[in-house]
Amino acid sequence: MAGRSAAAPARIHRFTLTERLLHWTHASGFLLMLATGLILYLPSLSTWISRRNLVKNVHIWTAVAWAVAIACIFVLGNRRALLADWRDAETFDRDDRRWLTGRRARQGKFNAGQKLNVIVTVAFALLFALSGFFLWLGERDHTFLFDGTGTLHDTLTFVSVAVLVGHLYLAVIHPSTRHALRGITTGDVDEAWAARHHAKWVEAERASE
Amino acid sequence: MNDRLIGRAGFLGLLGAGVAGLFYAKDFTGTVDRLVPKTVSAVVPTSGWRIYTIADTMPDVAPADYRLTVDGLAGKPASFTLDDLNTLPRAEQVSDFHCVTGWSVNGVRWAGVRLQDVLDRVAPAQSVTSLRFVSAEAPYEDSLTLEQALLPDVMLAYEMDGGPIPRPHGAPVRLVMPRMYGYKSVKWVNRIELRAEGTAGYWERHGYDVDAWVGDSNGLA
Repeated sequence: MAGRSAAAPARIHRFTLTERLLHWTHASGFLLMLATGLILYLPSLSTWISRRNLVKNVHIWTAVAWAVAIACIFVLGNRRALLADWRDAETFDRDDRRWLTGRRARQGKFNAGQKLNVIVTVAFALLFALSGFFLWLGERDHTFLFDGTGTLHDTLTFVSVAVLVGHLYLAVIHPSTRHALRGITTGDVDEAWAARHHAKWVEAERASE
Repeated sequence: MNDRLIGRAGFLGLLGAGVAGLFYAKDFTGTVDRLVPKTVSAVVPTSGWRIYTIADTMPDVAPADYRLTVDGLAGKPASFTLDDLNTLPRAEQVSDFHCVTGWSVNGVRWAGVRLQDVLDRVAPAQSVTSLRFVSAEAPYEDSLTLEQALLPDVMLAYEMDGGPIPRPHGAPVRLVMPRMYGYKSVKWVNRIELRAEGTAGYWERHGYDVDAWVGDSNGLA
């Protein structure tokens, strides 16, 4: 610590390039599919931009590119980091359960709310892909035209938009959490901030150094 | 309890609920529409309608320029303006609209003319068995048998929910065939061809059933 000046606070590495690529690939795919999906779904937008076939093709090919890109990131990237994150996100220890009931509790790399966000995001991504695939297939082969496919796809969209609004608020506006945006863009976060919000993770990182 | 099982259970629970929804979820936009105030549903449409088009531009027909041509096997082929249609006996009905993709809008109020009243003015030949409805949105078209077209709840509508048919719903005149999925209810109709045999419509050339009875076609139970 002696060599560091006060002007440059200590940083700690939170996200590898693989984790950041996965985040931004999913984010850009989601936003493009949301934009094209809303044009297909909302009557006012469908009337305004009536080139439905073009918009539908962009929507579908974005979905294909999104799935392929995510598969590539998983296969070619740092799988260990991704799997460690997933193991972390699935685990709700005593502190996480306390945190979820609104009490103060020391948190790991992800707080319990972030863990819920990871679980919902992964589950929704799989369900979006599944229902989207059957929307596509059902139009071509009516054996696969199920009653609830559209309703599932639409419901996932409504809930996802609500989750996204909360996510953007916490990442960009909320004073105590917005520093995390730095971690998902550059990979590093301020160590003092991390020690306050992710104490167990910072301790484990220091111990392993 | 194993701490990791909590997150795993939540994850698998979400997936399971989603997969079940694929088969069992019903369209609930109609319910939402009854619950939210009109100011909300103006911004975020919850009426349940989706607007499907196949061409690059949506037809934009000025009511004064509208013409409905009825030709084919007719002794007196004719062209009707919107005013001409308004002089024919006015029919009104409330019927449900079902889309083959799974959404429905219940209790739509339509006003227009019955096809019998149109046919009476063009002297159809005895050999007519099918009516081909052509849309201004080329190449969209579909057909009904004569018998289907004369069912008591089939009409050429020029009003919807108390006003002129809005452009996205087929202004100024569309077909309404409530007992079949929506793709049979051709929007922006500008020609009816009377024929001796049936033709496949736009979606039927893409694999959909010609006789698209709601609940009894297209593989839907």
